[in-house]
Order: sequence, then C-alpha cells, then structure tokens
Amino acid sequence: MSGLPVLSILILLPAAGALAVPFLRGNGLVRRFTLGVLFADFLLAAAILAAFDPTTAEMQFREAQLWVPALDMGYRLGLDGISVWFVLLTTLLGWICVLASWRAIAERVKEFMTCLLAIQAMMVGVFCALDLVLFYVLWEVMLVPMYLIIGIWGGGNRIYAAFKFFLYTLAGSLLFLVGLLALYFAGGRTFDMLALMDAEYPFRLQVWVFLAFLVAFAVKVPMVPVHTWLPDAHVQAPTAGSIILAGVLLKMGAYGFLRFSLPMLPDASLYLAPLMIALSASAIVYGGLLALAQTDIKKLIAYSSVSHMGFVTLGLFTFQQNGMSGAVIQMFNHGITTGALFLFVGLIYERTHSREIAAYGGMIKAVPIFGVLFAAFLLASMAVPGTNGFIGEILVLAGTFGVSGWAGTAGVLGALIGAAYLLGLYRQVLLGPVKIPAGSVMQDLRRRELACALPLLLFVFWFGLYPKPFLAILQPSLDHLMTQITQSDEAATEGLAWK
Amino acid sequence: MIRPLLAIAVSLAAAALILCLHKRPDARDTVSVVAALLKFAVVISLAPLVLAGGTLELTLFEVLPGVDFAFRVDALGMVFATVSSLLWIFAALYSIGYMRSLNEHAQTRFFAAFAVSLSAAVGGAFAANLFTLVIFYELLSLVTYPLVYHKEDGESWGGSRRYVVYLIGASKSFLLAALALTYQLAGSLEFLPQGLLAGSGADGWLLSAVYLCYLAGFAKAAVMPFHAWLPAAMVAPTPVSALLHAVAVVKMGVFCMLRVIFHVMGVDLMGSLGLGIATAYLVSFTIVMASVYALTRDDLKARLAYSTVSQLSYIILGAVLLTPMAAVGGIIHIAAHAFSKITLFFCAGSIYCASKRRNISDLAGIGRRLPWTMAAFFIGSLGMIGIPPSGGFVSKWYLVLGSVEGREMVFLTVLLASALLNAAYFLPVTYTAFFEPEKPGIPGAVALQEVREIPMVAVPLLLTAAMSLALGLAPGFFVELAQLVMRAAGV
Repeated sequence: MSGLPVLSILILLPAAGALAVPFLRGNGLVRRFTLGVLFADFLLAAAILAAFDPTTAEMQFREAQLWVPALDMGYRLGLDGISVWFVLLTTLLGWICVLASWRAIAERVKEFMTCLLAIQAMMVGVFCALDLVLFYVLWEVMLVPMYLIIGIWGGGNRIYAAFKFFLYTLAGSLLFLVGLLALYFAGGRTFDMLALMDAEYPFRLQVWVFLAFLVAFAVKVPMVPVHTWLPDAHVQAPTAGSIILAGVLLKMGAYGFLRFSLPMLPDASLYLAPLMIALSASAIVYGGLLALAQTDIKKLIAYSSVSHMGFVTLGLFTFQQNGMSGAVIQMFNHGITTGALFLFVGLIYERTHSREIAAYGGMIKAVPIFGVLFAAFLLASMAVPGTNGFIGEILVLAGTFGVSGWAGTAGVLGALIGAAYLLGLYRQVLLGPVKIPAGSVMQDLRRRELACALPLLLFVFWFGLYPKPFLAILQPSLDHLMTQITQSDEAATEGLAWK
Repeated sequence: MIRPLLAIAVSLAAAALILCLHKRPDARDTVSVVAALLKFAVVISLAPLVLAGGTLELTLFEVLPGVDFAFRVDALGMVFATVSSLLWIFAALYSIGYMRSLNEHAQTRFFAAFAVSLSAAVGGAFAANLFTLVIFYELLSLVTYPLVYHKEDGESWGGSRRYVVYLIGASKSFLLAALALTYQLAGSLEFLPQGLLAGSGADGWLLSAVYLCYLAGFAKAAVMPFHAWLPAAMVAPTPVSALLHAVAVVKMGVFCMLRVIFHVMGVDLMGSLGLGIATAYLVSFTIVMASVYALTRDDLKARLAYSTVSQLSYIILGAVLLTPMAAVGGIIHIAAHAFSKITLFFCAGSIYCASKRRNISDLAGIGRRLPWTMAAFFIGSLGMIGIPPSGGFVSKWYLVLGSVEGREMVFLTVLLASALLNAAYFLPVTYTAFFEPEKPGIPGAVALQEVREIPMVAVPLLLTAAMSLALGLAPGFFVELAQLVMRAAGV
C-alpha cells in the first residue's frame, strides 16, 4: 500500500458516499449502499492496521500537501499506534450503526445515511489529522451531522437535547481555538502538529493553554461538572447516534489530551496532574452514583459512560506505563462495550417502546439469544475478569495506585458502584419472571442484529484475554509520548513534587 | 501437555452437549456422569507426575507484560482438582436422583451450569497465576448464580441476591484493589514458591493492606465477617449445596487464600509481618463463632452451612500457623471436609426428597425409615468432629500437632473447643432421628410411614460416606501432596 494515499481514501470514501447518496432511489438501495461503503471503509482500516509497523513510534502512512504556505497550514495526515486503533473503532462502529438503523430509521432515510457517511469521514479525519487547522475544522464540522442526527431523528425532547449538546461543545471549542492560536504564535508559526510537539513553550503559557484545552476536552469526555449534556443527548438520540456519541465522540476528548495537552504542554500536564486526577476520581464516583439512581436504561448507561471515561482520564494523568496503556485500552473498550449496550437498548426500545428498567424481566427466558448477549456486554461493562473491561480497569488502577492511594481507592469504589448498578440492571431485566411492557411483543434477535452484536462480542473476549496485539502496536507510540512528557526535566521534577 | 486444558474442556463440552440434549433427559443426564468420569480420569492421570515431585506447565499466551494465561499442575492444585472432580461423579449421580424425584423444573440449565462450575473449579486449581485464577474464580461466581436462584421463588431470589452481591462486591472492591496493587508492586501476577511479593521491597503496611484485601476479596473462603453469602446460598437445590457450597465454591475460596499465603505473600513475609498470627486469630474467631451459630439453627441445611464456615477456617488456620505439620493438616482438611460434608448434605437432600422435612426437630423417628441415610449422616458427623477412623481425624490430628509444634496453645484450645461444639451440634441430629419418638402432624411433610429411601439418592451418599472413612484409613495420597506443597514453600 506504500504508494497509495490510503488515509485520504479512508476519509474520502465515506465522503464521496455522502455525496452519492442523494442521487440514489429507494430506501433499500440507500441502506445497502451505505452499508457497503462503510463496510469497505472498515476493511480498508483493518488492512491499514495489518500493514501497520509496530516497531516504531513514527507517524505512518503520512501524507502532506501545503495548503496555505504563508501560514504553514496544510493537509497533513498520519497515524501512530494510538490513533490507528481509533480509526479501526470508528470504522467498525460505522457499519454497525447502519445495521442498527435499518428499521429504526424509516423516515428521511437518505438524509440520515448521508449524515452517517459524513460524520464517519470527519471522525476518521480527526484521528488522522496532523495539522492543527485541519484537526480543528473537522472537530467542529463534526458537530453538524451529530446535531442533525439528534435533532431530526431523536426522541420527544430532541430539539432541546441537540441544542444543549451543540452549545456545550461549541463553548468548549471556542477556547480550544484560542489555545490553538496561542500555540501557533508561540510554537514558530506553524500548524504542523509534529513541529508543535517538538517546540518548547514557556511554563505560564502552557498552563493557560492547558486550561483552555481542558474546557474543550472535558466537555467532550465528558468530565464532571460539564457532563450534563450527555444524558440528554443520549436519551434523545436514535440508537446510531448514541453508538457514535459513546463509541467515538467521547473518545475525542481523551484523544485531545493525548494529542495536544500531554505532548505539547508536558510541564503544565505534570503540574496540573493532581487537579486532573481529582476531577477524574470524582467523575468515576459521582457518575457511578448518578447511574445507580436511574430508572431509565439508556440514562443509566449514559451516566455509566461518565464513570467509565473517568478511568480513562485518571489513567492518562498518572504518567505511569500501566496507567496510560490502561487508559488507551479503556477508551477502546468503552467504545466497544458501551456501543454494544446502546445497541441493545435500541433493540429493546424498537420492540417495546419503553426504556423503564422496571418494565422488564426474565429476558433470558423470553428471548435467549438477546438475553445472553446483553448479559455478556453487561458483564464486560462490569469489567469481569476475562473481558476487555477488566484489562483496562486493572491497568488503570495499577498505575493509579503507583501515584496516589486515595485516587486508587476512589477508582476501586467506582468499580464497586459500577458492579452495583450493572448487576442491578442484569437482575431486573434479564432474570426473574418474564415481564415486558403491555401491548408489545419481544422478538429475539434477527440475523441482521446478530451481525451487529457478534463482532463487538469478539472484541470483548479478544481484548479481555489476548490484548497483546493491541498493546504491542500501542507501546512504541506511548513510550514516545512518555519521553515527550518527561523531557523537560526541570519542570517535570517540580510538577512531580506533589507525589 | 494439554491435559490440564483437557480437564477443563471436558465439562465445558459436556455443558454444551447438555444444552443440545435438552429434549432428551436420559441422554442429557448420561452426559453428566460420563463427563464426570472422564474428567476425574484426566485429573488423576496427572497424579503420578505430581507425586514424583514434578509440575506440568502450560502457557497459552501472554496477556499483559508479566502476566500469562497459563496453567501449572502442582501439588496444591492437585489436591483441589482431585477432590472436586472425584466428588462430581457422585454429585452427578445424586443430582439425577434428586432432581427427578422432586420433578424439578429447568433441569437442563441446572446440569449445564453444574458442569461449567466444575470447569471453573478445576481451571482455578490448575491456574498458574493470579490472573488466570481470578478468571475462573469469577466464572464460578457467575455460573453458580443460576444454580442458587434455581427455584425462582421469593426466597431463592432473596438468597441468590445476597449471594451474588457479597461475592461480586467483595471481588470488585477488595480483590480488584489487591490485584492492581500486586501488579504495580511486583510487575507480575505469577505464583512463586517463595512468594511473589517477597522480593518487592515494599512497605510492610502496604503489603499487609494488600494481604487483607485478598483475605476480604476472596470472600468464597467465608472468613467472618465475609461469610453471610454462604448461609444465603442454601436456597439452592441440595446437590448444589453439597458439591458447590461444601466443596467446589468454598474450597475455591480457601484454595485462593492458600495460594496467596504460600505463593503470593510467601511464608517468610507472612511470618515477619505478623500476618500469619493475625489471620490465625481471625479464623479462630470464625471457627468458634460459626459453630455457635450452627448450634442455634434448627434448619438442617443452615446448620450444615455454618458448620462449613467453621470448617473452612480450619484449613486457613492450618496454613497461617506456618508450621509444616499444621499446613499439612490444613491441606488434608480440604479433602477430609469435602468427603464428610458432601455426605452430610447428600443426607439432608435425601431426607428432603423422601419426607419433605428440613428442620432437625422434625426428624424425630426418621432413622428407622431412612436407616442408610441416617447411618451415613452419622459417619459424616464423625468426620466433622474428628473421631477416628474418619478423614477428619487425620487432618485435625495434624492441626493439633502443628499448633503444639508452633507452641500456640491458644489455637490448640480453639481446635479442641471446636471439636466439642461440633459434637454438640451434629450428634443430636442422629440421636433425634433414631431415638426420639416421632412427632405427628408436621405441615407439608410426608407422613413417616410413607417415607422410603430413594435408591438413586441413597447410593451416592453411602459411597461418599465410605470414602470419608477410607480417607481416614488411607490418607497417604493427600498427605504426600500436602508435604510436597510444604517442601516447595520451604517450610
């Protein structure tokens, strides 16, 4: 694949698909076409992963075209061992979203599929981008299709939810822009992210930019206290919207920390790590407690995301080998597991039009395939040993205990609370006498729905038992990041003094 | 080489077959018995190698740096695997009789989950490190859950809820913390003969905290105050209580603790940090208190459950006294308690199947109607009290010698006092059954004249009773294994 601009193809394939969809006739054709395009995109991403060289931390599959030479702004793409996994996750969830919307979306199918294709092109673009402007533009534009997905195909209160989502993220993004410009001027007037990573910034500037970025990224992750848009957006969004939100968009915030805050602002990152750890620990516990109080399945899973993403930011800011690789694997896991959980909530809702936890019971008996698979994903979310969640959790906690006993204890408490609400959901919905909302029929999974769930299940056990390939590809890039952070010794020791 | 894997796979494959054969009960139940025989054959075929002082290693793949998915057959694992796979044969036969005579629902689910439980138990026994062990440990919690709520009535939902909340709660909090800390401190989760954490150089307080997290996290060992799940689990059908909650599940907990004591902490660390003696006091309290609880219970299964809580702590006591004799006693007690307690539970089930009676006070006069069952109950009681020639005598003898050897008179007193308490709550059962005049008009029970032994249920319990005596007469196999464990641990 050496000569081909594979990353451009990866981005442009769904983009071209989005342009082609309006010219197709018939909803069936539109669905099949979108599925085909996104599946091809997934296969391409898998091929890229297979061709990825795990021995180097260098950016691979690089492409660079100067765009505005005067500003050193360009079309720069590349993947390292971290982003390659998120490209895979994005493209995997992409075609699963099409299958999940096969029947759920019956109106304005064309427009919906255009949105799916467009958002995929933008998300993949964000993970591939190595130019600040390109990154920022895609990061911003991505909001539009998501806004439409929630606002047009969402539930009863969709306009409010879509607007809240848009406002929160936009507010964060504005500060992101200010931070970017500060880096541009202080880092030698270039938008080349790799060059900006190598530049040195004064400590005070780093702190200010870090705080500006923090707002932008914290909204996306989301971290407490800027998480309140998430439950609204999730509950109102159609299934595919929830899967994309949980699976990919939430990762953008953590990815921002990985790509910008840590390598470009290492001193500020070290200096403010206690703050980040405290925020993460409170997100883990507080998000868990909120989830514990929910009576709506979708809300419960939405709040559980706040708690689980807390583990990601917690692990990142331990600056420990274990904690950081745990954080990245936890990001990927959360995409798989929570994506799957939202898929299943969607399947329930499609059949019975109720998301009340108390309205269900005995699903394993009533619909055994559905029940067993849902159980498997709940257990993965609970991080039972042998599933992917456990690997992420144990690595993050090991890293956290290395720097702070209190934060580690908070993490364990969060894990316990997680077990409580997930086990509660498991017992209520899956076990006991069969119960479904009146006037509805609960059908077991169809083949199309199985095709959505099984690939995700494969990842649950693959990463639960044999995460080595993941870690092997990740490791060089993570090591490189670690050296970037610890390079500036002076401030590093100053920042680490809190330990 | 692949025999450890084979031993695990046999019962997993059996579970799959059982699910497929749900419409043909006879074929389905044959699968259980055949699988049990096969499994035991595979496990015992590993014995000569282990007795010769060897171990069998099988590393499947690396999970994390320093953590493999790997199996190792050693003496300690062999004790646990032999006991659970051997007793599965009898439990499988017994279950068939029990479930059929009561016309129980969901028998396919029952037998399938039962088979997977045995895979989990043997997988844990042969696990080469904490990661692999914990996978099977959690699998056992999850797969026994449907067995506990099997009846699906109000009482069993309540009991099973307590069961799963305690077990998962303990492992999600304490065990998770212990594992994370161990991995951070040692960079590995391997079992080492001298103890994984022995060379970590970490602070003593931190290591003590890790150890306490393990003790609380492996709640299946039922050390007080983490025991309440076990009496709650008694809502399960009796074969489950017999094999799982007297042998596989609880022994898994104790086995994990032995692994932690010998191969994670190591004997030296346990001694130098004073953790051995501290644990000894804790389990002594459990031994006595659980016996006192047992004394006050009229429900036969509840009495047996509290007796199990008490007896499990004997095993841990043997290990934490850190003397060779005591440890040998503790390890033999894994087998001795298993054979006797499974017999006692089989008897409780036999009584229930034949007469629908659960309370000890309702058993007056039943000995004449169920002579074989109650005779077996008596033999099982001997093992619990530790009267020769039962297996319980051998293990308690070593435990007593061990506490004398360690000059620990407190624990000697505890052992003797507990033996008296055991006698006080077990012997009256036999007495009531044989010598008290029958009571008329017990609601829900079968009239005494119509009570008959059920052969399919009575035969397995006689066999296990005989084995509990045989273990007392010829304990050589388990003594040798126990001594091998101690030699490896350098005691």
